[in-house]
Amino acid sequence: MTHQFPALSPEQKKALADIAQRIVASGKGILAADESVGTMGNRLQRINVENTEENRRAFREILFSSDTSINQSIGGVILFHETLYQKDSSGKPFPAIIKEKGIVVGIKLDKGTAPLAGTNGETTIQGLDGLAERCAQYKKDGADFGKWRAVLKITSTTPSQLAIQENANTLARYASICQQHGLVPIVEPEILPDGDHDLQRCQYVTEKVLAAVYKALNDHHVYLEGTLLKPNMVTAGHSCSKKYTPQDVAIATVTTLLRTVPAAVPGICFLSGGQSEEEASLNLNAMNQCPLPKPWKLTFSYGRALQASALAAWLGKNENKKAAQEAFRKRAQINSLACRGQYVQSGKNDAAATQSLFTASYTY
Amino acid sequence: MTHQHPALTAEQKKELADIAQRIVAPGKGILAADESVGSMAKRLNQIGVENTEENRRLYRQILFSADSRVKKCIGGVIFFHETMYQKADDGTPFVQMIKDKGIVVGIKVDKGVVPLAGTDGETTTQGLDGLWERCAQYKKDGADFAKWRCVLKISEHTPSSLAIMENANVLARYASICQQNGIVPIVEPEILPDGDHDLKRCQYVTEKVLAAVYKALSDHHIYLEGTLLKPNMVTPGHSCPTKYSPEEIAMATVTALRRTVPPAVPGVTFLSGGQSEEEASINLNAINTCPLVRPWALTFSYGRALQASALSAWRGQKDNADAATEEFVKRAEVMGVALLG
Repeated sequence: MTHQFPALSPEQKKALADIAQRIVASGKGILAADESVGTMGNRLQRINVENTEENRRAFREILFSSDTSINQSIGGVILFHETLYQKDSSGKPFPAIIKEKGIVVGIKLDKGTAPLAGTNGETTIQGLDGLAERCAQYKKDGADFGKWRAVLKITSTTPSQLAIQENANTLARYASICQQHGLVPIVEPEILPDGDHDLQRCQYVTEKVLAAVYKALNDHHVYLEGTLLKPNMVTAGHSCSKKYTPQDVAIATVTTLLRTVPAAVPGICFLSGGQSEEEASLNLNAMNQCPLPKPWKLTFSYGRALQASALAAWLGKNENKKAAQEAFRKRAQINSLACRGQYVQSGKNDAAATQSLFTASYTY
Repeated sequence: MTHQHPALTAEQKKELADIAQRIVAPGKGILAADESVGSMAKRLNQIGVENTEENRRLYRQILFSADSRVKKCIGGVIFFHETMYQKADDGTPFVQMIKDKGIVVGIKVDKGVVPLAGTDGETTTQGLDGLWERCAQYKKDGADFAKWRCVLKISEHTPSSLAIMENANVLARYASICQQNGIVPIVEPEILPDGDHDLKRCQYVTEKVLAAVYKALSDHHIYLEGTLLKPNMVTPGHSCPTKYSPEEIAMATVTALRRTVPPAVPGVTFLSGGQSEEEASINLNAINTCPLVRPWALTFSYGRALQASALSAWRGQKDNADAATEEFVKRAEVMGVALLG
């Protein structure tokens, strides 16, 4: 460790940094449209639509064929493997449609959780095998960033030292491999909101987890300026009896990030983690308004919190396409305002926007 | 590690954060006047003055007699143990002279380096024994911050993983004990400029060292908002044939810090590490005008680079005392201006 054996050339670094900057350019965030087949099943079931490849394709087409102006709010879209190779009704590949709008294409790279023996139900993430080859192929096929979700949970005995260290290490290995192939790695160490713990406990755990993540990234020689972070917001557990305001969440979250995330990281794109669409926007807005310094962009990488209204408007019917797109556009615009601290909540809140999207022990 | 057992109360945290903010308030830095008896011997020898306790007292008096002009550029002074309990000619304790100027008093608390067996001449730093009690006493006696210096060096096989990990760990233990006693710890992981390595090598090593330091501070539950960092600037080794501009040094230094020092740390107070007074202020100025986003104060904690002119003006002569004090004040003002970029 005394000598540097540069992992990346200056050209590679510049390419990665440029991609990262484009994704989190001012007012922009990420649409996480990378639900696995099983998870899409859950979504479609809620609106009584059958989970077929065609239905999955049709819904993604609705989102991706939105008017080009969606690129004011969306800097990147994360796709699932199947979706990267699907086309719209005229036969145009989805990556091409997205890129034409000036939006960066990303790809989910992990292969789900695997149990850690000897722990209290904790997991690590698989997907490192052959990852270099997969990254090279995805880059050829139009992707410029990757995503890998590690999962930790809070209970009286977790997260354990092993779970933190193992998940930090696999995140760092994934990040290293991505960068070698020109993909910006989004690093996602999600601490689930399940449980009755309070805000302070979540803050403490999040600080420990993020400190371990950034030590691992440093150990693995990852170029921070060419990465993004996708963390949970610091919130109380879902069954916590105490209620907190968006301002409480904002201060706790930003304080945590100030203590652990180096300023070299260009952007932090929060996961919505089961928050309703409205909650996720209000919390993001509060963070961008809070009086603490913010040397990185604070933006969104939302799945459920960007799509719930669109799904509810669509209901699987082609004639509802425009309504679904309008619902999506509206949510994207609200979150764009939120990442500039400019979202002013209007009086009305429709049912879909305020519906909790929490699923216990969420797996993709 | 799943549960938090708060190390500090909200009140303790506020006190520490306030002290740190005062030290690195805009335009201000630190006068490192904590040279040990042995180090003072070298300084005094250079101007032909005998290393007696009285001469050391007279010399520090020159610095501490500076008028109110230093208030706007000096936020803190680091003392050596002996100096904490010395007085001016008129009987005023030095600690009081400094505090009366609204400057925070600090104390060096480490007890020097000791070898790490099985390494290529690497060291750790001792001083943890009884540190709690010492901190409590220094706090009573007027100190609000402390300093602990660890030393690493760059060579073919160093710094080793052990040296990095061990020094990061003792720094974290020291920091923890300080905070428990209301003292802001200045964390100093100095990577010596000795050697012929280039700027890139220094940057790489500095990034690795600082990453280890901040992981250790996190592991030891240190309240970052109540600490300061005193690192080396990123520079080539002293015998490196390649020359670099202040802008290159600034870019390398700020990049390294941006990759490793959490924004919650209120201030980075660079050591001068053998740079001349001129070099130390030019580099600091370049750092403060560097185009990268800098979320912490970037200021000085200089010993030699603030005192060299004063020492040579004094030469141990009582008649030169006022002129020597004036040299110091001028140097301090120049440093303060360098901060503004």
